Order: sequence, then C-alpha cells, then structure tokens
Amino acid sequence: MSMTDGPTPMQTVAAEQAAEDREASLKAAGRSDHRQPGKRRFGNLSDRWQALSRQQQWGFLVIVVVLAYLLPLINPPIITTEPGNNFALACFDMARFALIAVGLNVVVGYAGLLDLGYVAFFAVGSYCAAMLTSPDSPYLHIPYLWTLPVAMAVTMFFGVMLGVPTLRLRGDYLAIVTLGFGEIVRILATIIPAMKGQVGFQNVGHPPGTAVDGTPIFSNSNGVPWYWLTLTIIIIVTLLVGNLERSRVGRAWIAIREDEDAAEIMGVPTFKYKVWAFAIGAAIGGLSGALFAGQVGFVNNQKFDVTTSILFLAAVVLGGAGNKVGAILGGALVSYIPLRFTAIAEYKYLIFGVALVLIMIFRSQGLLPARQRLLAYGRTAMNQITSRNGKEPTDKDNPSAGPGARAVRQKGAEA
Amino acid sequence: MLPSLVPLLPTENDWITFDIPSLAENFWSATFDGLTFGAIYALVALGYTLVYGVLNLINFAHSEVFIVGCYAVFFTLSGLGFGPSVPRLDIWAIILNLLLALVLAMLASALTAFLLERIAYKPLRNRNAPRLVFLITAIGASFTIQYLIYLWRGPSPELALTMFRPTPIFDVFGTIIDSQQLVIIIAAVIMMVATDRFISKSRTGRGIRAVAQDPDTATLMGVNKERIIVTTFIIGGLLAGAAALFYVMKIPSGVQYSGGFVLGIKAFAAAVLGGIGNVRGALLGGLLLGLIGNYGQILLGNSQWTDVVAFVVLVLVLLLRPEGILGTSLGRSKA
Repeated sequence: MSMTDGPTPMQTVAAEQAAEDREASLKAAGRSDHRQPGKRRFGNLSDRWQALSRQQQWGFLVIVVVLAYLLPLINPPIITTEPGNNFALACFDMARFALIAVGLNVVVGYAGLLDLGYVAFFAVGSYCAAMLTSPDSPYLHIPYLWTLPVAMAVTMFFGVMLGVPTLRLRGDYLAIVTLGFGEIVRILATIIPAMKGQVGFQNVGHPPGTAVDGTPIFSNSNGVPWYWLTLTIIIIVTLLVGNLERSRVGRAWIAIREDEDAAEIMGVPTFKYKVWAFAIGAAIGGLSGALFAGQVGFVNNQKFDVTTSILFLAAVVLGGAGNKVGAILGGALVSYIPLRFTAIAEYKYLIFGVALVLIMIFRSQGLLPARQRLLAYGRTAMNQITSRNGKEPTDKDNPSAGPGARAVRQKGAEA
Repeated sequence: MLPSLVPLLPTENDWITFDIPSLAENFWSATFDGLTFGAIYALVALGYTLVYGVLNLINFAHSEVFIVGCYAVFFTLSGLGFGPSVPRLDIWAIILNLLLALVLAMLASALTAFLLERIAYKPLRNRNAPRLVFLITAIGASFTIQYLIYLWRGPSPELALTMFRPTPIFDVFGTIIDSQQLVIIIAAVIMMVATDRFISKSRTGRGIRAVAQDPDTATLMGVNKERIIVTTFIIGGLLAGAAALFYVMKIPSGVQYSGGFVLGIKAFAAAVLGGIGNVRGALLGGLLLGLIGNYGQILLGNSQWTDVVAFVVLVLVLLLRPEGILGTSLGRSKA
C-alpha cells in the first residue's frame, strides 16, 4: 500500500538499521573503543549516563531541574542575552521552543512523519487562547488556564482532520499537506473577519494572581513566572511522552519509523498509531501556542509564518530526532542563538536552513542521538536465545542481518 | 453566557460569497485565465513529477529552482532596457529579447537544479540515507536558497516589468483572448508535448522510465543511474525556467524571494491531482487546478481563496483518489 513503489528506500532503511543495530549492540556491550574519538563525544556522554545508578541519575536530574528553574534569577554573565533581550523573556522563549520541539519530536522523531506546518497548530492554539479570553473577541470567555486544555483539544481535532486523509498514504504527502496547511491557516486568519486579520486580539488573558503592588504576576513584561509555568509544563509533558515512548505505543511508533511495511506486516495498526502521533504532536503545539498567546498578550495573523515551522524542525533535527532531551536542548538552542548573538539574528533562517542540510549530510542523528536501547535489547535477547540453543551468535559481525530490528517489529506487533 | 455564542457566525458577509451570477458572467474569461495559470503550474509540476518518479522524493527546493529562473528573467529583461512601461520596440525585437530571457532563465534554473542535486542529494544517496533525511534536506535546501535571495534582494518584490502590451487576438463566446494568454498557453503546451515525446521516445527518456520503474534492475541492464538522475533534475530545471518567463509575463510583480513557495505548493498539488510521477498527469492536473482556482476565486469573491481552493483540492484528491486522475506512474506509462 504505502511503499511498494520504492525499492531503494526500503533497502536504505534496512542498511541504516543494520548500522544502528551494530552501534546499539556495541553500546550495550560497552565497547565504546570501537568508535572514532570526537565524533561520538555525545554518544559517550549517553553511555556514562546509562552507567550511573538510578539514584545518581535522579540526583543529577534534580540538580539540573533546580538550576533550570533558577536560570532567569541567576542571570549568568556570559550566557545572558542582555543587553538587547531581557533574559527572563529569553528564557521563556527558549522554554516555548523546547516545548514545541518536544511535541514535534513525537511526530518527526518517534513516528518518522515529517510535519512542516507545525506552526499552524501553534497558531490554532494561540487563536484558541486569544478568542476565548480577549475582550476584543465577542465569544464565550473562559479563564485563561482553561484555554490550555481547550487549545489542546481543538488542535488535536485539527490534527486528526489533517492526518486522516494523508496518513493512509506514504509519509511524503503529509509533508506537503502540512506545509500547505501552515500557509492556509495564515490566509484564513487574514480573510475570515472573525479572526480579525492584522488587527488581532489584544489583552489575551493570563493566569490569575496579583503581586503585592496589585500588578498581575503573569504580566506580559515579566518573563519569570511564564518561564516557570512553561518549564513545569515541559517537565510534565516530557514525563508523559517518555511513558508513551516506553509503552506499546512508543514501540509501534519506532517500528513504523524504522520500516512501515514490516510493521504493518507484523500486525502493527500503523495508520492508527500514525494518527495518534500526529494528534499528540498537534496538541502539544496547540498548548505551546496558548502559552505564547498568554505571554505576549496579543495575537494577529503576522505571527505565524510557515518559515517558523522550519525553525521548529531545525530544533528537533539539531537536538537529535527521536530523543526528547535532545529536542529540549535543540529547541532551547534554536531560540537562544539568535537572542544571544543579535548580530546574526537577521540571518537565522539562512543559518538554520544551512544547518538542516549540513546536519542531514554529516550527522543525521543530531547532537544527542536517539537512544537505541530498544534495538539493543532486541539484539541481546536474540543473542541469548541463539546461544541457549547451543549456537554461536552469528549475527554479531554480519551487517546485513537485522535480528534486533526484527525483535523490535515483533515487540511492536504485540502492541 | 449563551448570547455570546451567537456571533460565532461572522456578521460581515462579504468575506465569502457564493456569487454564481458573477461566475456565469465571467465564465469564459475565468476559463482562459485559469488555463494560462494552469499552463504555468503544469510546467513547474513536471519538475516535481519527474524527480518524484525517479527518486521517490518530493523536491521541496524545486520552487526555488523556479524562483531563480524568475530572477534570471528579471535581470535579463531589465538589462535589456525593459521597464514598467510598455517597451517601444518592434515585435521581432521583443520576441528576440524574450527568447534570450527564456534561454537564460532555463539555464539558470537548470544550473540551480544541477547544483542542488550534486551538493545536497548526492551525498545522501551515496550513503543510502532514509527517506526522512532526504525530505528534511530538501526543505533545508529550499530555505537556504530562499533566504540567500532574501539577504541579497530584500523582502519587497522587484520592479514590475511589462514585456509587451497584450493585444486582443480573437473572440470566443464574447470573451477576448489576448496575445499574452495565447503565447503562454501555446508555448507551455509545446514544451510539455516535447517533454512527453522526449520521455517516451528518446534513449535518455527510456532510461528515465527504466530508473523510475526499478532502479536496481535498470542499473543491471546498463543504465547509468547517476546520469539519469542528474538529467531528470536538469529537465525539471529547464521547464521551471520556462515557467518562470511565463510567470513574470503573467504576474509582473511576482518576483519576490518567497514567490516560489506558494506556487510550488500549487504545482505539487497539480502533480498529485493528475497522478504524481505521470508526465501527462502533470499537464492535466496543472490545467485543472488553474481552472478550479480561478472559478473558486470568482465564486468565493476574494483572490486569496485561490490558494485555499488549491489546498482543499489537494486534500480531497488524497482522500478520494490518491493515485490522481491518470494514476499511472512514470515507470509504468506506455512508451
């Protein structure tokens, strides 16, 4: 159905997979000496992290999270974006990009679907928050915090609407349809009077609470509370997405990403899981859009260029598609670099466009490669089975065989 | 709370209309205009379709191959002294100038397509990269070219050039067809027929079809796959360059860094509508999409609806008949 007319890509997937399998098994066996020095620096970091005990990992995580929360208060001298950009607001922007990257990572990184109109979901989320809270809007008004789940539900609906016609087909179509959708949302926001075009919506709501002097805590100019709110949401979303990743849903996504035909044959309902990935990604995009609308306080049709989608994609790809920590890092970097180095801010689209091509050509796994634990697990399980039967694990040095991948597909098939 | 739900339906009614009388009145002029746009879409769509047929890749950067052609047309013609006013040259001088612009635009686009293939896609093919990597590279390359143009020429459109004054040629059902529409439609159809003959008759065309059908078997049969792929990109580039001249002729103020983007989506929609990977499908899809877009624009009462209509057509085609109207792929099409 989906990839039958393209023999080359299937081979290539198999070849990549075999290579990844080998890496993964090496990693599992702890034989890091096989890697070239330098190129695998980040890989070694990941190895060292895996070698730590559970308590040590939690300890490190707590320190990192506390530091992340304190970041805008510390305002570290070299890292700071001041003068030029308020550091707390910059932190919020980084957090916003990180959240978007986490959401897009579900679509691109886990399920391997290319979504080029992610900004459209972000826009839908923003408009949801604006139209339900702004005094400029004649509709039903609800408290700001309630718009977050509403925005997620509405964008999820749009995601399903777009996903159902396109996800039955090969992944390529999704790319162009989402690219078109990104543009259409902007056009509709311009021509439908209810969306108020360039006039937009002023005074979008914000979470409740006033400081001692009577000004709202969540004011537009004060980035710190917004940053903390977004950071908290990132942590929650990352934990939820991490749970999904380790569940049968996540296994199905990875199986689809690695070889959709094989996954389908092994009984994974690929269409269903693709729509899920797309809808979950859309919902997270909508959530970040609603947060953005609240912080900025003003939404109009000028804020949602399709070009921004490419920054989002660059964030995921830079961090390492399929790795949620990588996505957070990538998102923060993509936002941080133009804010910190204002001299090159004008060139950011060019820089990240070139970065996309270069990363794909020279390091397609990104800064932090996706963890291959699942594949490695499949490989060790296979080795154990074969050695228990009195056979030597013959596949160890055979690049073409991919029993690890097969094990993944079987695991996916259970789902 | 309830009363606030009422204005969910917009109060101003003029943003969307179903102006059937206006459509009936302008039907024939909309048809010829739609065919003119459709011919341009079809020429760009051919580039998408050929590359998709051979590589199974949506070449997102094809829209930038096209816009480079537009800039080549712009610079050639402004260099030759064309400006916003109608040029005071005799007809043969104009034809010669336009032919020169056409050739230069085709060369510029073909060169862009060639460099794109060598620099961005070839390294990926050499290491058998997965499909997603190709797509991300394509979109990255598209943005790189787009923003290089942006940094060079700035955000505003270039000065509009008038190539010649459209003169009425003949009259169909009370609608006058002018020389401009006629030139675009005829020239575009000639190019598409030539492409079709080339693909179906020539030795290289047979190679293209063979690679589209089965790259490995084609290689075993002695087809030089690399050469065929480069040739396909160059043919797509040549056609996009030709489309660029007609586009600048039709929309003089459309030469802008982002000008290729929306046209690219529409051309891709045209290719899918006709059946992606199918050369004749691109022609049919392009003309149909041009017509549908123009009718929709008059019916709904705002020129911006053209893009929305094209997008809805794309989604509907994918939903109802994803293989497109003509359906067969490049590899399976008959010689």
